[in-house]
Amino acid sequence: MKILRYMAGCVLAAGVVLTAIAAQAAEPIRVGEINSYSRLPAFLDPYKKGWQLALEEVNAAGGIKGRPLEFVDRDDGGKPGNAVTIAEEMVSKEKVTLLAGTFLSHIGLAVTDFAKQNKVFFLAAEPLADAIVWKSGNRYTFRLRPSTTMQAAMLAKEAAKTGAKKWATVAPNYAYGKEAVEAFKTELTKLVPDAQFIEEQWPTVFKIDAGPVVRAVEAAKPDGIFNVTFGGDLAQFVREGNLRGTFENRTVVSLLSGEPEYLEPLKGEAPKGWIVTGYPQGAVETPEHKAFFDAYMKKWGEAPKLGSIVGYNVVASLVALLNKADAYDAETLVNTMENLEVMSPSGKFVFRAQDHQSTMGTWVGKTDVKDGAGVMVDWFYADGADYQPSDEDVKSMRPAE
Amino acid sequence: MSFYFAQFLTGLSSASSLFLVACGLSLIFGVSRVVNFAHGSFYMLGAYVAYWLVQFVPGSILGFWGSVLAAALIVALVGTVVEILILKRIYNAPELYQLVATFGVVLLMQDAILFIFGGDDQFGPRAPGLDSVVRIFGEPIPEYDLLLIALGPIVLGGLWLLLNRTRWGVLVRAATLDREMVASLGVNQSWLFTSVFFLGSFLAGLGGALQVPKVSINLLMDLSIIAEAFVVVVIGGMGSIPGAFIAALLIGELNAFGVLVLPQATIVLAFVVMAVVLVLRPYGLLGKPETLAHTAGQVELPIRPASSLAKAVAGLLLAGLVVMPFVAGDFAIVLATDVLIFALFAASLHFIMGNGGMVSFGHAAYFGLGAYGAAFVIKYAGGSMELALVAAPLMAATGAILFGWFCVRLSGVYMAMLTLAAAQIVWSMAFQWQDLTGGDDGLLGIWPSDWARSKTAYFYLALVLCGGGILAMRRMIFSPFGYTLRGGRDNPNRTESIGINLRQHQWAAFVVAGMFAGIAGGVYVFSKGSIFPDEAAIPRSVDALVMVLLGGVQTLSGPVVGAGVFRLLEDEISRLDYWRAILGAIIIAIVVIAPEGIAGFIRKLAMKAGFERNEEQAS
Repeated sequence: MKILRYMAGCVLAAGVVLTAIAAQAAEPIRVGEINSYSRLPAFLDPYKKGWQLALEEVNAAGGIKGRPLEFVDRDDGGKPGNAVTIAEEMVSKEKVTLLAGTFLSHIGLAVTDFAKQNKVFFLAAEPLADAIVWKSGNRYTFRLRPSTTMQAAMLAKEAAKTGAKKWATVAPNYAYGKEAVEAFKTELTKLVPDAQFIEEQWPTVFKIDAGPVVRAVEAAKPDGIFNVTFGGDLAQFVREGNLRGTFENRTVVSLLSGEPEYLEPLKGEAPKGWIVTGYPQGAVETPEHKAFFDAYMKKWGEAPKLGSIVGYNVVASLVALLNKADAYDAETLVNTMENLEVMSPSGKFVFRAQDHQSTMGTWVGKTDVKDGAGVMVDWFYADGADYQPSDEDVKSMRPAE
Repeated sequence: MSFYFAQFLTGLSSASSLFLVACGLSLIFGVSRVVNFAHGSFYMLGAYVAYWLVQFVPGSILGFWGSVLAAALIVALVGTVVEILILKRIYNAPELYQLVATFGVVLLMQDAILFIFGGDDQFGPRAPGLDSVVRIFGEPIPEYDLLLIALGPIVLGGLWLLLNRTRWGVLVRAATLDREMVASLGVNQSWLFTSVFFLGSFLAGLGGALQVPKVSINLLMDLSIIAEAFVVVVIGGMGSIPGAFIAALLIGELNAFGVLVLPQATIVLAFVVMAVVLVLRPYGLLGKPETLAHTAGQVELPIRPASSLAKAVAGLLLAGLVVMPFVAGDFAIVLATDVLIFALFAASLHFIMGNGGMVSFGHAAYFGLGAYGAAFVIKYAGGSMELALVAAPLMAATGAILFGWFCVRLSGVYMAMLTLAAAQIVWSMAFQWQDLTGGDDGLLGIWPSDWARSKTAYFYLALVLCGGGILAMRRMIFSPFGYTLRGGRDNPNRTESIGINLRQHQWAAFVVAGMFAGIAGGVYVFSKGSIFPDEAAIPRSVDALVMVLLGGVQTLSGPVVGAGVFRLLEDEISRLDYWRAILGAIIIAIVVIAPEGIAGFIRKLAMKAGFERNEEQAS
């Protein structure tokens, strides 16, 4: 009897030890995800659905080295100060391994600087500002989505082929708009040295008074229009322009307007023949995209938007990183992330070592209307690797480490 | 020439759209003195409801106009419910509590609309029958614009008839002039207020519904229209409907022609016009000076030095803060630093508002100026954090000297609106002057000196600066200067008649408040490491107002309590879905249950329990 009891005790003790080890092994890897969910639900809802899907897939497949991946997501309400406070909490209280997220450029920059100061790994998901990797770039920050300048360069290349010489620009009056116009001008002038910019309109972001703006563009009689407005501003600009025939017989080049987030709400009034960057959703037929598209449709019952891909790719990038890294301190993570290759629904991309920008590209094509809805046609995938500045330029733009 | 005529017509149609929203706001303010922040939410709701209804009757002219009217009616009913359930209970509270309550409604409505209609941008169909352009002198003019141009004057005429040719209108006009008199003549004020709110909300809903064929419908509509509507109402003269019409015309046309000359300027144009008008005509184009209320609402208790109980509580709190870093985690310290900063910020607003009776809707200007002042020292002068923290109050005080000089010439809501204009000017400078401020991309890398770099050290620094600032202001409140300010608040005429230059005192108070807000801004920027124009924007000013009013404007500890509660609440519930609705509901609940604010409520309880002396009871 005694020996039996002894054996039972042994088994129990072993069990406890084993469970403890298992629990240790299965301790989740926590990622702090900060975004302006309540401020911009139209863009961040698809984004969240994207990373939720990816997370589910990763964990169903056994996680990372046997540990589940967990996102601690928080809403910053669109305030950069709050985002920094949340980042503090993520690091000191939630004990996250790394930070990811942000949509608005200035919030992205605030967290970028926090990452530098506190030596925390940060993957900026959506913000487009060039400064995140260039002027304010730092060792601890990487950026996923193709930057303003990359996308403007993609469009400038197509715009150069149209032969339009006299250009008008319409851009929201803040950093993003100014950066985009500047980049487009620079890139287009490289390709078409005699291009002229004859009219600039700077409507207040989210407060465009589109009628007068459209009239002012019309009055300048340009060959081409470069548009940077988006969201509600874009919708008004398109409607007032359509009504007055401003876009007829003109080349229109428009940043981001092919993204379903912006194109879908326009429905049958979506412009035709605009050269845009965007995302042709179901039309992309590479096997890796098809798999993503079907899984997304199955889980959420709607087609993914561009934000969904970005959200999905955030997880894809982190999974590649965490699988490859042999330790999870910030320095090792940064070293592993440099030149890291990631397979994703949008194809393979690399996190550049020189400026920590990913080479994830985007789709460039023309807009059209089919069955009462805006779509992209004649599109191709522009690989981000083809639209990067030279290494010397990068070096001169990035602050020395 | 034909081009300019077409541009003129385009401006007219914008003006009409603006007027439709602004006239309801002006009407409500004129009668009930409620500064209705939720007016923009009603406008947004009108647009969403109309958009939703129109989908059932595609392409039908009758269906479209039926939907627009139905949407306006539904919004009017919602507005009435808000008035009856919330505002009616707090008409007796100090005037500004209604503002905080309507701000709660804004938060609630944002999430309600998100829940019901979803977060995607919606783009309505063009108006059936008015979906193309007509050529006037060869220039294309959208038909719907022409309709809007006609609708503005029609609504103006209708309102004029209603106000001048009906008994209801007579009562409303009488209430606008002197509501106590109307009440004492036996008019049912309660019913009158409700009906005015019904009409005002109807107009807001109509304004929103009529935008369906023009704009994209999204969740940012409410706040972007409300600022503009306020500008129109103030330029026109608060409560004056023809004034709102003229102001809308002014803004609409300035905008239409402004984009031809200076496209970058549209961002500030309206606020610059408002500032100029208020400086030249302090009560707006057609406004009249605010009639003095016969009873100034509740009479405030005279302030007293803290009772021994209150001193003990404050001492305990301070002791708790001092030992906090030894017991609490890093994040609690960060959060406590935030609370300290906002407590100083709110206290500085309270200094002019509670004590001086000068309401500022733009206090964020000085917070922002302080923050930028500190950032400039680091970025451009290569200075240290210590120097930057000296520069912060100086920069803010400089701004307050300049803006204060204009602001103290006005009083009441007009002064509040001028402070708002000043804040917008500061904000747009921060936003536009990219070479200096980094524009929207802000200034980065503004971290504390090495000795203050740890969270604990910085917390103590914040405790000394913010705690010291709060105590310094408290000391001033008990000085003759403070008594003079309160004299001016309670009876400006009497104060001036005994030989006090009230304006100069108010100006000085304005500068002091600005300076302390600047210190808060300076401490803030080093705690976050970066500064963006957001810190000088309207939401930051509203935050300060909410903190002061939540805590209680009539108590000296109010702003500190309010800042703590607001910041901790925001931090705690922003983890939940639909947290803005929850925050809004909590704000409304506090205002309705404790219209004297949390600290005021506690004081009342303490008095009842006999812990505090109550001089009224004693006498």
